[in-house]
Amino acid sequence: MPGKLKVKIVAGRHLPVMDRASDLTDAFVEVKFGNTTFKTDVYLKSLNPQWNSEWFKFEVDDEDLQDEPLQITVLDHDTYSANDAIGKVYIDIDPLLYSEAATVISGWFPIYDTIHGIRGEINVVVKVDLFNDLNRFRQSSCGVKFFCTTSIPKCYRAVIIHGFVEELVVNEDPEYQWIDRIRTPRASNEARQRLISLMSGELQRKIGLKVLEMRGNAVVGYLQCFDLEGESGLVVRAIGTACTLDKLSSPAAFLPACNSPSKEMKEIPFNEDPNPNTHSSGPSTPLKNQTYSFSPSKSYSRQSSSSDTDLSLTPKTGMGSGSAGKEGGPFKALLRQQTQSALEQREFPFFTLTAFPPGFLVHVGGVVSARSVKLLDRIHNPDEPETRDAWWAEIRQEIKSHAKALGCHAVVGYSESTSICEEVCILSASGTAAVLNPRFLQDGTVEGCLEQRLEENLSTRCGFCHIPYDELNMPFPAHLTYCYNCRKQKVPDVLFTTIDLPTDATVIGKGCLIQARLCRLKKKAQAEANATAISNLLPFMEYEVHTQLMNKLKLKGMNALFGLRIQITVGENMLMGLASATGVYLAALPTPGGIQIAGKTPNDGSYEQHISHMQKKINDTIAKNKELYEINPPEISEEIIGSPIPEPRQRSRLLRSQSESSDEVTELDLSHGKKDAFVLEIDDTDAMEDVHSLLTDVPPPSGFYSCNTEIMPGINNWTSEIQMFTSVRVIRLSSLNLTNQALNKNFNDLCENLLKSLYFKLRSMIPCCLCHVNFTVSLPEDELIQVTVTAVAITFDKNQALQTTKTPVEKSLQRASTDNEELLQFPLELCSDSLHSHPFPPVKAVTVEKASPVGDGNFRNRSAPPCANSTVGVVKMTPLSFIPGAKITKYLGIINMFFIRETTSLREEGGVSGFLHAFIAEVFAMVRAHVAALGGNAVVSYIMKQCVFMENPNKNQAQCLINVSGDAVVFVRESDLEVVSSQQPTTNCQSSCTEGEVTT
Amino acid sequence: MTSELDIFVGNTTLIDEDVYRLWLDGYSVTDAVALRVRSGILEQTGATAAVLQSDTMDHYRTFHMLERLLHAPPKLLHQLIFQIPPSRQALLIERYYAFDEAFVREVLGKKLSKGTKKDLDDISTKTGITLKSCRRQFDNFKRVFKVVEEMRGSLVDNIQQHFLLSDRLARDYAAIVFFANNRFETGKKKLQYLSFGDFAFCAELMIQNWTLGAVDSQMDDMDMDLDKEFLQDLKELKVLVADKDLLDLHKSLVCTALRGKLGVFSEMEANFKNLSRGLVNVAAKLTHNKDVRDLFVDLVEKFVEPCRSDHWPLSDVRFFLNQYSASVHSLDGFRLECGGTIWAHCNLHLPGSSNSPASAFQVAGTTSVHHHAQQFFCIFSRYRVSPCWSGWSRTPDLR
Repeated sequence: MPGKLKVKIVAGRHLPVMDRASDLTDAFVEVKFGNTTFKTDVYLKSLNPQWNSEWFKFEVDDEDLQDEPLQITVLDHDTYSANDAIGKVYIDIDPLLYSEAATVISGWFPIYDTIHGIRGEINVVVKVDLFNDLNRFRQSSCGVKFFCTTSIPKCYRAVIIHGFVEELVVNEDPEYQWIDRIRTPRASNEARQRLISLMSGELQRKIGLKVLEMRGNAVVGYLQCFDLEGESGLVVRAIGTACTLDKLSSPAAFLPACNSPSKEMKEIPFNEDPNPNTHSSGPSTPLKNQTYSFSPSKSYSRQSSSSDTDLSLTPKTGMGSGSAGKEGGPFKALLRQQTQSALEQREFPFFTLTAFPPGFLVHVGGVVSARSVKLLDRIHNPDEPETRDAWWAEIRQEIKSHAKALGCHAVVGYSESTSICEEVCILSASGTAAVLNPRFLQDGTVEGCLEQRLEENLSTRCGFCHIPYDELNMPFPAHLTYCYNCRKQKVPDVLFTTIDLPTDATVIGKGCLIQARLCRLKKKAQAEANATAISNLLPFMEYEVHTQLMNKLKLKGMNALFGLRIQITVGENMLMGLASATGVYLAALPTPGGIQIAGKTPNDGSYEQHISHMQKKINDTIAKNKELYEINPPEISEEIIGSPIPEPRQRSRLLRSQSESSDEVTELDLSHGKKDAFVLEIDDTDAMEDVHSLLTDVPPPSGFYSCNTEIMPGINNWTSEIQMFTSVRVIRLSSLNLTNQALNKNFNDLCENLLKSLYFKLRSMIPCCLCHVNFTVSLPEDELIQVTVTAVAITFDKNQALQTTKTPVEKSLQRASTDNEELLQFPLELCSDSLHSHPFPPVKAVTVEKASPVGDGNFRNRSAPPCANSTVGVVKMTPLSFIPGAKITKYLGIINMFFIRETTSLREEGGVSGFLHAFIAEVFAMVRAHVAALGGNAVVSYIMKQCVFMENPNKNQAQCLINVSGDAVVFVRESDLEVVSSQQPTTNCQSSCTEGEVTT
Repeated sequence: MTSELDIFVGNTTLIDEDVYRLWLDGYSVTDAVALRVRSGILEQTGATAAVLQSDTMDHYRTFHMLERLLHAPPKLLHQLIFQIPPSRQALLIERYYAFDEAFVREVLGKKLSKGTKKDLDDISTKTGITLKSCRRQFDNFKRVFKVVEEMRGSLVDNIQQHFLLSDRLARDYAAIVFFANNRFETGKKKLQYLSFGDFAFCAELMIQNWTLGAVDSQMDDMDMDLDKEFLQDLKELKVLVADKDLLDLHKSLVCTALRGKLGVFSEMEANFKNLSRGLVNVAAKLTHNKDVRDLFVDLVEKFVEPCRSDHWPLSDVRFFLNQYSASVHSLDGFRLECGGTIWAHCNLHLPGSSNSPASAFQVAGTTSVHHHAQQFFCIFSRYRVSPCWSGWSRTPDLR
């Protein structure tokens, strides 16, 4: 019995009128945890009741503490009939279970009803007393910290990064139980919310246990998802990266000084570098291998792999073979051996992180992905979710073997997703194959010699671009050149990855969001036929998506993609593919060649003319884009290079003829490596369309940039104004004779218009950048396409931006001189110095919403709710792991919330738009309220993982499910920090004053 | 391809001031889009009409959701659903409660009832303000009226506290509420030339000097209702015109004091009795509700119009009224007869030489009643009125 949960209900406000006669409400509250329920007195006739209850005490196991949510129900007392429910509040008490996180949850929570939305607020105080439990065989995992952030959280230091943890839990979906026919929609929604809350608690606890087994103390990059499988049940699954983290305790670490405690694990002092430095190295070729396997979940699980990799593929690149470079060989071998030993014990050497401590990534091999089509079947025994486990294990195995084929032992930036339509389910997993530095993977330190070598190698800043595989034994055809930075190692011509851009990578110009969009019609079919049809379509989609990405990348004059995310969505009669990534020009990679157009019928004069016209347009676009994104790589003459680079201008070729891509070869050649010109052959109208669509992509208006990574490459002078938003659009396709082309156009327009709308809406923030742009596509019905975008707009200082644009030139100058190895260290230092010398741009006074900076000191002392009676404090939300211009001083715990909203009066609520708009606003409000109650003032790594919207306009009904998560944090403005640190004793006063100021 | 659903929700609620104004002015989405297109926003931003349409719809939806909260502005401050910076909240409230001069002139002094609301379409056609906007403004008046109706304490303070309006707007609302409560007639043709600002100014002085609140500040409803006792006492002023000796004495006192100072002295001298009778009669009648309602009409008829027909310049009117009330002090008989009761009340203290920018009030030879009224109220005010003279610093065209 190791815990005591204490709850106090203080007051309510803005309650709805429940008694029409008196226009008042007789409210009371039920507090439920597990199977115990307490009630407050009835507070008669008030819309602002003051219950001021005693402390309700629950004595519970810590297992329950982790699984169960605290459930608070506000009711209206009725003498004669049944009491009417006003609404509920679910509070996840998990944050109270770690020693360093929140100590009390206290504040105003919106009272939420699944039918009516938010109906007033309630003030609640929750505390937990934990007793030490020495039981070794315990089922709970209290104390393991969870972070959604996909990098090492700001105020921590990674001691060891253990690796992949996963778990899934299944249950029957209450919505599909027989009892649902007789109960009210409210009861059914609440049952669902409660069940999911319970399941995610259980899941988190189980993952925690695995982490404890690995002797870690935290999960970073925790991603939890729900699969609503309909009739066949409800799956909650999660993946994450187990770590052992050390809190950087000294307050000095908060200061934006460069004196971080440990040399290697330097906490990045500037917030504009959200990612700990990473050296990923890697090359190339994008989407390596895909496997499409379709197995009806029945007994015969046939593996119809239509792509190249087979699981038996042995690492062709076992030992280094000297060919990789002058000094690379022996070192690589050594490294590989070591890593291998470290990783081989692991079932899946996967990491959900997308940004890494410096030195962690050695080389990057490219994107690996795998998909599989499955038929859903009722889960017969929820306690043994073997089928689902087996499915995922299969896919992970694939990924692992793909990575091996690329000469890599690990996969970073790993993520998993599903798309379900009726009984068909596409499981997808993707990541970036990489070679890692073993230092972080095991206890005990590595021998100094190797360490040194490593460090040296890493310090070249281009190491991550170098190929990890053996040149003579390449897993796929690729064009290699010597690295444009160090001239010693080989690099591929393009590099696709799912991770964030390493902060120390040398980038020329700015980056931009690149999207590939694709629709494919599919015949309606049942069960196995349907699944087969889908798995037949998948390879073509992947190919097309990849081609589009490649073309667009070339059109932008860039040579690498980061944060690549390909989403394939399945609907009744179509498949949708949407790939988003951030394109950049990596200085280490060769300049991309242009795009050549070739016609099929060379004898036709007018046709020729047309072709040349198109060619001109394309060339113009490339030139324009280069200017727009400030891509002006230094011209390096061959003499300086002095190394045998075969062709300075790399060209790759894409053959766009049906015969070649549709043939039955098992090898799907997605790397257009071998060919010497990137040629688009216009042989049919299809191809014409493609070229047109290439050219119709409009760049964002001036003053705007967009990317889907954490930060925009090439911009580092963020100011503090941020605006997170979610935008949802649904279009109805006219069902008449839809062709693939019309569909593509519709989809393309939808996305482009959505982006345009965003630019227009946020025009007041110019100059700004849309970061972490996250598109999600779903096909809720036959003719409906739903696109959901969540992103954050961050303003930056234009003047400083001008200064920084000079740096590439400087850098390139430095680079030219790095021929000499002795000089190598020098420019590096120079660069970092210059970085330090402009501290973060003085936070501009433009803060529209000045957040209340809760000082650390203040925080500790907050026994009473700080803004209990005052107005609402500002809570920032951002999908990024950092807040520009501010320092995160404390992580308060994970926020993981699931809401259902339903209405039977859709028209009255302003139609579907009004309904969803209000609901999303309510979800934001509830997230903010929870964060504020934990004592935080921001949510970082916020993500809306699911937004399932269903409507039935004929019945005037609609339903929506939303699942969001993020990390609640306390941040302090850097400008305030200086004040705080210089006047330590007055911290409390200081911050409370500021708070007051804000709230009035 | 038709858009079924199209929304944008920011963590900080985006408020576009221009769209907010269009919404407040009661334009439909289509009209608002057309107006925005005309403003040249498309060229400035390079956006398309579809984008503008979606943006406008979105803002309208947000405003629609906010409207419920704007009905009780303190709720806007405490609600959790929309995260809006305080400065923006203030702007939202202030703009929502702002009203059109043309509209307020139409309903000023009318009962804020359903009946009046039905007439709004007429007002809408007359003023060119959209019906939607008229309804909003009318409902605002009514809402404020309902909330502060039965409250203790200063009217302006109450309005400010419950509606979080700026000081000026709260004063205007106080005037509207005061007029609506006392149902002063302001719609007559004769009064058309008066602006809302003129009435608001009068209302402020009346609230300060004529209401229950002016006597005892701890009463319900104190700033809204006129002090009956005071109005009763005003009857006794009749002696000023009824007693012939007193009237003559008063006249001679005034005339002596003003000789040579007034441009229209002879007209004044000739008209003194009429004017005096007119003023005192208006005051004496105020015990009847109907006459209270007609206060402004009577004033214009009995005092302003005679002055205007004689082409009194404004400064002369002021001199005259100052002297008219000051001389009463020295009327022995008056003081004795009335036992000082009224004079205790009507302790007239007028600034001898007002430094108001008189020329500014002169409008095409027509003297604004505004200032006549000011003087008038001071005659009947019961206290040392120095605070109320802060009103002098107001310019008449100030709303």
